[in-house]
Amino acid sequence: MTALINKQKTGITPMNRNKIIMPLLLKKVQTFILPMAGICCFLLLWSLTANSIETSLGKFPGPSAVATQMVNLVNEHNTERDKEKAFYIRQDERNEARMAKDPSYQPKVRMYTGKETFLDQIVTSLITVLSGFLVAAIIAIPLGIAIGLSKNLNRAINPIIQVFKPVSPLAWLPLVTMVVSAVYVSPDPMFAKSFVNSLITVTLCSLWPMVINTSFGVVSMNQDWVNVSKVLSLPKLVHIQKIVLPASVPAIFTGMRMSLGIAWMVLIAAEMLAQNPGLGKFVWDEFQNGSSQSLSRIMTAVIVIGLIGYMLDRTMLQLQRMLSWDKSSAQL
Amino acid sequence: MSIILDISKVDMVFPTPKGDFTALKGVDLQIKKGEFISLIGHSGCGKSTVLNIVACIHKATIGGVLLNNKEVTEPGPERAVVFQNHSLLPWLTAYQNIELAVKRVFKNKMSKAEMKEWIEHNLRLVHMDHAKDKRPDEISGGMKQRIGIARALAMKPEVLLMDEPFGALDALTRAHMQDSLMEIQQKLNNTVIMITHDVDEAVLLSDRIVMMTNGPAATIGEILDVNLPHPRNRLALAEDPEYNRLRSAVLTFLYEKQRKVEHISVPDTDKVKQKSSSVA
Ligand SMILES: Nc1ncnc2c1ncn2[C@@H]1O[C@H](COP(=O)(O)OP(=O)(O)OP(=O)(O)O)[C@@H](O)[C@H]1O
Ligand SMILES: [Mg+2]
Repeated sequence: MTALINKQKTGITPMNRNKIIMPLLLKKVQTFILPMAGICCFLLLWSLTANSIETSLGKFPGPSAVATQMVNLVNEHNTERDKEKAFYIRQDERNEARMAKDPSYQPKVRMYTGKETFLDQIVTSLITVLSGFLVAAIIAIPLGIAIGLSKNLNRAINPIIQVFKPVSPLAWLPLVTMVVSAVYVSPDPMFAKSFVNSLITVTLCSLWPMVINTSFGVVSMNQDWVNVSKVLSLPKLVHIQKIVLPASVPAIFTGMRMSLGIAWMVLIAAEMLAQNPGLGKFVWDEFQNGSSQSLSRIMTAVIVIGLIGYMLDRTMLQLQRMLSWDKSSAQL
Repeated sequence: MSIILDISKVDMVFPTPKGDFTALKGVDLQIKKGEFISLIGHSGCGKSTVLNIVACIHKATIGGVLLNNKEVTEPGPERAVVFQNHSLLPWLTAYQNIELAVKRVFKNKMSKAEMKEWIEHNLRLVHMDHAKDKRPDEISGGMKQRIGIARALAMKPEVLLMDEPFGALDALTRAHMQDSLMEIQQKLNNTVIMITHDVDEAVLLSDRIVMMTNGPAATIGEILDVNLPHPRNRLALAEDPEYNRLRSAVLTFLYEKQRKVEHISVPDTDKVKQKSSSVA
């Protein structure tokens, strides 16, 4: 009898140990082993099909070719960096030597103009997408709130949004390029023109989902909260700051995640099309290059692009979890 | 005592796609300072509409509302509302929800420390000081409703408007909340208009029960004075003949004089049945 009671107290009999541990195990299987199994299957299928596809540039790259290429690309980056360092050291030495000979000599400092490596292109693309996204957010969130609050403004702007929303930003690209080269003229530009072009393209495509979602969030705000604000007779600005903005935060985040996903896709395409620095240009250059390595390097880029896109989305999700009060909307 | 609130010959017409809908017709009611009024009537008769007109969330089509002999046209914190479904802001904690209201009402009248003390005082009043840093989704329905009441009380309103404050609660919690409300009312002696579906709640809490006829064009059918002495005790009252007379007067009004003749859909009947049986 006492043994029984003791067992009940500690709560772990062999039988209910199974009951406790089994679901845990099941959960592990579901969250870890199943995705792993999926990835393994994919790798297997990939290498099998890759082997049987013959192109003019050799076999289609399989997982192992991509892995090798990944290492190559990192090594190339390191070599390039070493070269750069060596270049600057040589230049400094040269300048010092000439200064010693002739004190009136003005030392010339030239920038190193090496090839941009894969890693450089990744950084460029990331900076571009985030800047464009930020610019879009700065425009879209206030605009979305204004549209959500004012039916008349919505009536006025909605047709424009509806017409421009379905336009691929790539269609804008030639126009953007021409306008930027005509308007953005300064002797010492802070940003490269190519960067500005890509940025505007990213901004254009991020804008609409954010505007639409923000205004939707404002419109579908719980009427009770509006009534609370009315009863407190909050001034307009306080109303927006304390009620409207927090109430639409979940919808704003939904819009931001959508935008960022689209922006990343569009940016790569824009870089390919306009030959602007970034991952898109890397892919295009490799394609033009047409060496036996090209396909596997492109495939590597494809996978890296995917991984970065995934990472961007997860970062946004994490941000949403941290900042949004509505935890239920911050799910996958 | 002086009349604080005068609802003067109010008509309310809602424009609908199928033409105008007259919800209220000639609603006329004068309320004295410190009075506790219950508004009772069948679902959809226009109780919330009356309350919303007093709060100025809706504007009366004809007639108007006078507070201290001045017509009110805008919503304001002197007519604080406890909404039907708590309507706390989910991104703020209990404390912050009340703080938003207190900051608005007492901005230049209280120091920071006084505000803090006042917010905490109101939380204690509804026995929720232990949950002041919890968010609405972390507390139960009854607790949310208490915070909603604390928020309204913290505004020191001249008239407190409550739209079925306990409608969403189970019978036990509701009884508990009614006791809390009576206790608070003993202390503060606010002027209150409370909408309810619950006959016992109305008799237990009110000084007058205002019974509304069925819509459309609903109006005040009868007004019943409740002269039971305070403080009231629900167990003692159960045996009280005066209490039972008042109770049956309200029931007679609702279920005989104003019986819903049109077809009542099934969920509605359930609601009424459940309400009358759960407390009876
Ligand atoms: N904005 C509106 N537009 C049109 N009709 C409305 C509007 N608001 C309320 N009504 C109508 O007015 C009548 C009264 O509604 P109200 O919400 O005041 O009823 P109620 O007595 O509070 O009901 P309940 O007890 O179910 O809350 C209803 O028939 C409703 O359909
Ligand atoms: Mg109602």
